[in-house]
Amino acid sequence: MARIAGVDLPRNKRGVISLTYIYGIGRSSAKEILAKCGIDENIKVQDWTDENVRSISVLIQNEYRVEGELRSEVQMNIKRLMDIGCYRGVRHRKGLPLRGQRTKTNARTRKGRKKTVANKKKVTK
Amino acid sequence: MARSVKKGPYVFHKLVDKIMRAKESKKKTVIKTWSRSSMIIPDMVGLTIAVHNGKTFVPVFITENMVGHKLGEFSPTRNFRGHGGKKK
Repeated sequence: MARIAGVDLPRNKRGVISLTYIYGIGRSSAKEILAKCGIDENIKVQDWTDENVRSISVLIQNEYRVEGELRSEVQMNIKRLMDIGCYRGVRHRKGLPLRGQRTKTNARTRKGRKKTVANKKKVTK
Repeated sequence: MARSVKKGPYVFHKLVDKIMRAKESKKKTVIKTWSRSSMIIPDMVGLTIAVHNGKTFVPVFITENMVGHKLGEFSPTRNFRGHGGKKK
């Protein structure tokens, strides 16, 4: 079982894909990591040697921000915006989109599930 | 597109003059400005700048974290007070 950065990697997938299960590692950085360690990216995780696993986890630890560290960095950045009270911070506080998207309709990703307002009348022509 | 680094941050020239004068005189006077697009530069830290929002001047106390943002980001132009509710 390959355990890297506190995440169990799926064993029956190719190396590049498996590494993307770690928060903060996508396809391109996964490719980079495997190239640096000199491991073919098509080799499945179950066929990695212990030596491979060790070199990968050392590399990730030294050169990449992943998982908890990265999450807390993102949170810190958001907190900074909220603390200084700038426009983007205010939008974060209200849970609305930050980059000038429309909010009359849509924007459901930020606003969450629809909240129906009782007795809201349709505009009569 | 981002602004060319060669030019440096944009700050309205009259605002720069005012800031320099305020820093020299060491007086904590509020500087009024309409220039919302000016970037906050390290020289402004500690000053209070009143940024126009189209209607009034909103006083903004500049802290170190704000450097690199634009003045207008701290002076909202819309004021949404919420929908409906019962009238008193």
